[in-house]
Amino acid sequence: MALITGNDLSLGYDGQEIIKHLNFQVNAGDYVCIVGENGSGKSTLMKTILHLQPALAGEIVYGDNLAKNEIGYLPQQTLVQRDFPASVREIVLSGCQGSMGLRPFYGKKEKQKARQAMEDMGILDLEKRCYRELSGGQQQRVLLARALCATRKVLFLDEPVTGLDPNATEEMYQLILDLNKKGTTILMISHDIEAAVHYASHILHIGEELFYGTKQDYVQSSLGKRYLKKEA
Amino acid sequence: MLETLQFYFSYPFVRYAFIVGVLVALCSSLLGVTLVLKRFSYIGDGLSHVAFGAMAIASVLKLTNNMVLILPITIISAVLLLRGGQNKKINGDAAIAMISVGSLAVGYLLMNLFSTSPNLSGDICSTLFGSTSILTLTKQEVYLCMVLSVVVLIVFVVFYHKIFAVTFDENFAKSNGINTGVYNLLIAIMIALVIVLAMNLVGSLLISALVIFPALSAMRMFHNFKAVTICSAILSVVCAAFGIVVSILASTPVGATIVAVDIAAFAISCICGKVMGSR
Repeated sequence: MALITGNDLSLGYDGQEIIKHLNFQVNAGDYVCIVGENGSGKSTLMKTILHLQPALAGEIVYGDNLAKNEIGYLPQQTLVQRDFPASVREIVLSGCQGSMGLRPFYGKKEKQKARQAMEDMGILDLEKRCYRELSGGQQQRVLLARALCATRKVLFLDEPVTGLDPNATEEMYQLILDLNKKGTTILMISHDIEAAVHYASHILHIGEELFYGTKQDYVQSSLGKRYLKKEA
Repeated sequence: MLETLQFYFSYPFVRYAFIVGVLVALCSSLLGVTLVLKRFSYIGDGLSHVAFGAMAIASVLKLTNNMVLILPITIISAVLLLRGGQNKKINGDAAIAMISVGSLAVGYLLMNLFSTSPNLSGDICSTLFGSTSILTLTKQEVYLCMVLSVVVLIVFVVFYHKIFAVTFDENFAKSNGINTGVYNLLIAIMIALVIVLAMNLVGSLLISALVIFPALSAMRMFHNFKAVTICSAILSVVCAAFGIVVSILASTPVGATIVAVDIAAFAISCICGKVMGSR
């Protein structure tokens, strides 16, 4: 069975449909990029898959024993976070909350997990630093490490390279690719169609026309050709 | 000077005032960090005006124990206001402004129409600025205040990490299976409790100061959540204790004196933050 299945989904908010009859299947180990114009409902789709908001019609099914809290989410930065006084360690540790139930304090297991995640992201030396003093790339690594604390099965990334300089962008893509190679399924919203067809295994294009399939098929399709040309 | 203090502290009502003042300062500063970070600094102000309105209604109805009415009304308003933050039709800040001035006006109107005491403006002044009420606390009120403070403290410590997660990133917490609604509700109820308690201390106009000043001061100097929370608590307790002592010695109004000390502490913290930052 597929890890995440979308059956005949209709999405939107305030009763307004923006996406109709969307079907897709994400299998373990896939690297899916969600692309589309601004306002086409990419973030809405991701929030729906995450059960943060209900679908207007259709359903999202988690398979392969994927539990609801076994999801690593890297949201777009909010205003609140930009000047939040928190150390890197505190933020990464908070990723463990989902698996802790009502237990109030972190144990050895959580601390070990957080340490491992920080090491993987190369931010162990920043452990005690304040989040708001870090560079954009470092901040994204912190949030990625937090997501890794929640799970290593599936990561949902909402435009992870927005606002990063070219170097940091490249590093971020490399980190994500490495995670994917180690078996983490990736679902990523991306503005950067070139990077999307470069790194992803599957493309989910939403908008007036819908497309879901492998990146090879997408590049050959008329929709893919048009979109790639327009963006380039 | 010490003798004067000793003399005053030999009266039980002064000791009560001191205990209640310190406890309320502690609780409000803990919650203040979360509220300031969640952009809800003004909710303390709004809720205190609601509590004022509720108090006016209670005195019109001639309730002997006005807490019965004030607590539930304030808690319900807190829940509505915190939820209103997500409501698109009326923005959170507009809702706070509306409820806050609305209940202030209605409260004053009611007290005027159904005046029960000969010195109305004096009464209102003391509810708004808490000039004397802290010195007239009964033993029961002091116990109630202690119990509620301890409850707030325990809840805060037990759910500290959850509160952090929900404050820092609600969407992530939610996607992680944390019931963020419950924690927002918990925060709303706790802040309502603290506001009602704090009304006796500084009066309903100055409560916001107790909530936001220590948190803002602590954020000037420290850069992680735990340090900010602890520093905010310590600052708030020290300022409250100092303010009460000064107000006794100089016979100034208690609430205003505490807030003045808080302002001074904020100024000092700004300077400390600059010095620490430039090293």
